[in-house]
Amino acid sequence: MEKEGIPGPKKALLLLGCPEVPVQMGIALYLCHRLRKDGWDVTVAGNPSVLHLIRVSDPARHYVDRITGLDRCMEKLIEGNAKPDLCLVFAHNDAGLSYAATVGSVTPSRVVAIIFGRNAEELAKTIEFPCETIVEKAVHNPLALRQKIDKVFGWAASKS
Amino acid sequence: MGCIEELKYEVLLSRATFKECREYIKDHYREQYTVKPGYKIFDSYIIGVPPILIGVDNSHVVFPYTKPCHGTFLLRIEGPEEIARLRAVKK
Repeated sequence: MEKEGIPGPKKALLLLGCPEVPVQMGIALYLCHRLRKDGWDVTVAGNPSVLHLIRVSDPARHYVDRITGLDRCMEKLIEGNAKPDLCLVFAHNDAGLSYAATVGSVTPSRVVAIIFGRNAEELAKTIEFPCETIVEKAVHNPLALRQKIDKVFGWAASKS
Repeated sequence: MGCIEELKYEVLLSRATFKECREYIKDHYREQYTVKPGYKIFDSYIIGVPPILIGVDNSHVVFPYTKPCHGTFLLRIEGPEEIARLRAVKK
């Protein structure tokens, strides 16, 4: 519980899309791990399949602090009942971008769209709203996408 | 949150982009309203890319509806109460 006058950990929200592209779940768990290590409180939102995948992949909750349904999560963001400091929205199709646009519109949070999948570059070009993006044509292999994420969040190994 | 899929709806566009939905409404309906993402209609929130257009076709509203796994659909649903709400917001 948060003590009076002492701010709690910063809150991060990972908003996942339909889990049809394999890299999504691996990258999501990786982000949870890195963010938690940096002291963030992490919530993952997704459709029922996403939530089942997390329950199966992380049964002891070593990586994910809490999970929530996508509709419930959007409702809380839109009504101002959830105020994460950072929102990472996974997008491999137009619907994913719609969620990124909505989150960016209803919250003052930093919103980063993680755009992946076979058509990542083409999809990124269709963005017509202000949004920070990480774009990688990743489908099965998450390494290149992870590298870009590491760079953005300062997790890349120092060469000096 | 309500479920639009339980209502009687007509699908005008399937797996469309928000731009396509916007263009369709601009081209087909004289009465149009611009709403922000998160606007509540039929007890559901519109998830989408601004500017989001909603068209009025007699007693029906025409609006984009996004499903995470399936993309965006342009739906036409009877809703005099929703139309009255849109008109009232614009005044």
